[in-house]
Amino acid sequence: MNNFLKKFYYGDIPEEQSGGQYVTKEGKSDWPLWEVFIRSKQGLDHKHVGSLHAADAAMAIENARDVYTRRMEGVSIWVVESKYVHASNPDEAGSLYEPANDKVYRHPTFYQLPDEVNKM
Amino acid sequence: MPVKDLEQLFQQKIDAEVKIEPRDWMPDAYRKTLIRQISQHAHSEVVGMLPEGNWITRAPSLKRKAILLAKVQDEAGHGLYLYAATETLGVSREETINDLHSGKAKYSSIFNYPTLTWADIGAIGWLVDGAAIMNQVMLTRTSYGPYARAMVRICKEESFHQRQGFESLLVLSRGTPEQKEMCQDAINRWWWPALMMFGPSDSESTHSEQSMRWKIKRKTNDELRQNFIDMCAEQVKILGMHLPDPALRWNEARNHYDFGAINWEEFWNVVKGNGPCNKQRLAARVQAWEDGEWVREAASAYARKKQSGNKAA
Repeated sequence: MNNFLKKFYYGDIPEEQSGGQYVTKEGKSDWPLWEVFIRSKQGLDHKHVGSLHAADAAMAIENARDVYTRRMEGVSIWVVESKYVHASNPDEAGSLYEPANDKVYRHPTFYQLPDEVNKM
Repeated sequence: MPVKDLEQLFQQKIDAEVKIEPRDWMPDAYRKTLIRQISQHAHSEVVGMLPEGNWITRAPSLKRKAILLAKVQDEAGHGLYLYAATETLGVSREETINDLHSGKAKYSSIFNYPTLTWADIGAIGWLVDGAAIMNQVMLTRTSYGPYARAMVRICKEESFHQRQGFESLLVLSRGTPEQKEMCQDAINRWWWPALMMFGPSDSESTHSEQSMRWKIKRKTNDELRQNFIDMCAEQVKILGMHLPDPALRWNEARNHYDFGAINWEEFWNVVKGNGPCNKQRLAARVQAWEDGEWVREAASAYARKKQSGNKAA
């Protein structure tokens, strides 16, 4: 059987699919992949909602409008070509986030104050 | 780290309800199972547009046409969410679509049945989307993060699909004798294929056990099917119609409805490509893909041209 699985451990999106370089058998180039971020209303952050393929940024925004905002989910759209997204390595999660683990004094609840001190 | 240890760590995460994300280590078989399942699911959404699209131009009113258009557009969106989730596992969109077109990948057999009357559109909403929702609500808690997130989005949109279908049948069920008859006929034809959507019985299902251990699935095919039957057996009373199963009756001891034997021979026949519309459905997909080729190329060419123009300036 033809094994169609490709392993990739170092990136959400495999290199060859992350941009315009992916070349099919006929030598045609696939549309690049874009990550879509939506601001659901004024005053809130843009939040990642998913991804889609599009030939260019204008088409990516139009497609994102059609796919991700059909029910008034957003008032603003960002699209970023996926190949420009860099991510931390999950294998390093331990050493990256461990230093925050033993610093309880960074949280307000660490400090015991008399009840008379209200609302601090 | 040896693979055996990685596998142990992986199972520990699953057992502790920690979601698996694309960049995390996962066993090859887990990846492969997900690719198969999610891409099948994506293909089903896309092929599922065909039987319904059949009625867009013939919907009985402007209201019903607008509703059906919105529903079919949703299905395209659902296909996209799922294709995108498949891509996070390391297969390209094009490979996935090629597998559908070559017949290597399957889609839900239910879409190989024809939509003969307008009532079929109502029955699809109530029964087919109803069965799909049962499965999809479970999958919002699946262990693979991107799949779970796609499912949350899909479930939010899908509940209107089932409700509009039931409402459409309700109107027919209160209509003329011909409309009532059409309603019952559609239920008769879609009931059994809808039950088959949950897949083979647990004892026959090859993937079930491992999928449960990996928490890709959280309920077995038979459990989901039973829940669906219990739900529909009550809802059909509101329509004043009946389900085409003489063996269907409430079982006090089991606290469930008993039901008749499912024709698995028919199921496997349709899976193998011999259903009423298999060839037609696949041909329609392939033609859409081939007819769209010049559009895809033109858009790429335009994007390239614009980009090189920018550089020159």
